[in-house]
Amino acid sequence: MEWLEPIQKLLGPAWLPIWTIVKIALIIAPLLGAVAYLTLAERKVIGWMQIRIGPNRVGYYGLLQPLADGLKLFMKEIIVPSGANKFLFVIAPIMVLMPALAAWAVIPFNGEMVLANVNAGLLYVLAMTSLGVYGVIIAGWASNSKYAFLGSLRSAAQIVSYEIAMGFALVCVLMAAQSLNLGEIVRGQHGNYGMLNWYFIPLFPMFMVYLISGVAETNRAPFDVAEGESEIVAGFHVEYSGMAFALFFLGEYANMILIAFLTSIMFLGGWLSPVPFLPDSIMWMLAKAAFVLFLFLWFRATFPRYRYDQLMRLGWKVFIPVSIVWVVVVGAWMQTSYWVW
Amino acid sequence: MEKIANFFKTFLLYELLKGMALTGRYMFARKITVQFPDERTPQSFRFRGLHAQRRYANGEERCIGCKLCEAVCPALAIKIEVAEREDGTRRTTQYDIDLTKCIFCGFCEESCPVDAIVETRIFDYHGESRGDLYYTKEMLLAVGDKNEAQIAKDRAADAKYR
Repeated sequence: MEWLEPIQKLLGPAWLPIWTIVKIALIIAPLLGAVAYLTLAERKVIGWMQIRIGPNRVGYYGLLQPLADGLKLFMKEIIVPSGANKFLFVIAPIMVLMPALAAWAVIPFNGEMVLANVNAGLLYVLAMTSLGVYGVIIAGWASNSKYAFLGSLRSAAQIVSYEIAMGFALVCVLMAAQSLNLGEIVRGQHGNYGMLNWYFIPLFPMFMVYLISGVAETNRAPFDVAEGESEIVAGFHVEYSGMAFALFFLGEYANMILIAFLTSIMFLGGWLSPVPFLPDSIMWMLAKAAFVLFLFLWFRATFPRYRYDQLMRLGWKVFIPVSIVWVVVVGAWMQTSYWVW
Repeated sequence: MEKIANFFKTFLLYELLKGMALTGRYMFARKITVQFPDERTPQSFRFRGLHAQRRYANGEERCIGCKLCEAVCPALAIKIEVAEREDGTRRTTQYDIDLTKCIFCGFCEESCPVDAIVETRIFDYHGESRGDLYYTKEMLLAVGDKNEAQIAKDRAADAKYR
């Protein structure tokens, strides 16, 4: 970044905030673009899996479809129900979207590209992803509608349950990496054998737990009981329209992309190359995240929705015991000479 | 033993992976979407779409005002008024079909002794205001005049099954 130095001298003390804002914009703008095109990818991929061709009318291969959808939502009226608490009703979508975007502050895109290289990055991410549930609860409650309320209750219970298993899965990762810094976690997976050095091999059960909990955490199919179209219409955001709804939508998809990035950082070696003879680069990171996102869409196209009690059973009676056992196994394993990661 | 095998099958997500293999295979299958305005699905000659009134080759309207269609119509969508014409024949002065009521059962066509009221292959018509789908005698005759060739062909194709 030598070529920026003259500007740095010119701005003096104002340089740091301005440069930080530029970096934030450089993360948020592509992220929102990715969210827009993830919706198109979702419709396309699910279409293909259902032997359809998906949207193809707006622009070539439907490439302008997300813009058309966004424009439509932008022009729509935001209706506040008469019995709703206006302040909470308006603030809820912001509370969903804000943590989904804030968590990106600590995501390392490659060795150098990270907005805030904090040492407790993993804790920060866990905190931010859990904050989103408050927006969901407030949205359901402020709407003053029984469907929205039931949806928010379901969603809150679900997110809280899966958070635990997710946390234990990450405990294994930080035990293996000996660090809470996301960049250090990726560097811990560096080695001479490419993808064999990544944590998804010793922590494979945790990888599955984290991936599935990630799907549940973002309220995606087959864990989308919070919205369950056939039961409670759209769940917590049933009363929202126009841009307020769009914010929930953005939040959900931004969270999906976040989970995909986290999965690739924790288990799939982040920006590291899968084979030793290719250089590490941010492209690997994006490719891995795209692969995990594709898995999300694949799940949605394949699996029917879980019943609510099955969902709770899976979270509490399968994932949490499995992850606790694996924490112990990894702890014991690391004391032996067979731990090569 | 089977219980243990089942446990491992569930635990290793065997069925879920099988399901994903299926959808994954279909992702590359040939797509069966018919892109409607550009492509159309094949239609039967018995297709029951928009109604039409037919004429004989000499231009005389077929309908003799027997009101059988009005009587048989289960949706009460047909309204007919009849009067004697100057040449002494019985003709309709009013023959209206309310297409918003019509259920396209084809009974009117079946009951007609002179094949006057028929249903055509046309299905992509629309109305822009409330009254637009209330078809009068003139409109029905216009539809018939416009599509007589296709209508006659479809009746001929169906004739041997009647």
